[in-house]
Amino acid sequence: MDPLLQIALQVGPFLFLLLFGFIIGTLVERSHYSDIRKREAKTRTLPVISFRRAPPSWQVSSGTLVSGSTVVSIDYFKRFLAGLRALVGGRIASYESLLDRARREAVLRMKEQAIASGYDAVVNLRLETSRLASSNRKGQGTAGVEILAFGTAVKRGA
Amino acid sequence: MILSNTEDVPGSTIREFYGVVTGSSVRAKHIGRDFMAGLKNLVGGELKGYTELLQEARQEAIDRMTQQAQAAGANAVVNVRFSTSSVAQGAAEIFAYGTAVRVE
Repeated sequence: MDPLLQIALQVGPFLFLLLFGFIIGTLVERSHYSDIRKREAKTRTLPVISFRRAPPSWQVSSGTLVSGSTVVSIDYFKRFLAGLRALVGGRIASYESLLDRARREAVLRMKEQAIASGYDAVVNLRLETSRLASSNRKGQGTAGVEILAFGTAVKRGA
Repeated sequence: MILSNTEDVPGSTIREFYGVVTGSSVRAKHIGRDFMAGLKNLVGGELKGYTELLQEARQEAIDRMTQQAQAAGANAVVNVRFSTSSVAQGAAEIFAYGTAVRVE
């Protein structure tokens, strides 16, 4: 076989995945961010605080646990970039934006749950990040990161 | 059953403590979901199948915890915490714990 063709066959799928991941991944991220911004504007009326207790002035009457979670994974292109970055060290911006999106999404889901059940605020917000490592030794397979946001939704006023 | 992750139930007073109650659930993902997640891994973004899986697992852990609290005679669980750990390849444990109390 022509050696050039052989190289093309070997590198081709990789380049295709790289390009595919880059294009779709960028589009997905852009639309997710615009969705997040829209929903954040809509839920701005619900205060979320990370204090253990609601301020006394709130005169809280009842409360319940609310939570929101999401599992995300990074695209092929960014994973490749992050792999390269790991060689020289430094900031991996692509992972930062992924986790930022996931965290904001989880908080939004929690807030939406609180609003849907008729609560006025969320106290004691806690955020948890856990890695769902499921990639095998070859570094293949799917791996994701779960972000969980939870807190106590409260009703204000007597 | 009232749940909260604060040290009291907002708007009511704790009358009695029944100690720590726990609940856990270990879930593995099934092949269909894993296949879709594998595709999703190329383009990045949310892995909805996994999100649902973990939500179900968390709900089950909470249910087990509240059953335990009910059996003890409690009507609320305060200071609820969660922990997630991947115990084996493709499996995750969701653990929920809190303090069972009676509030008025």
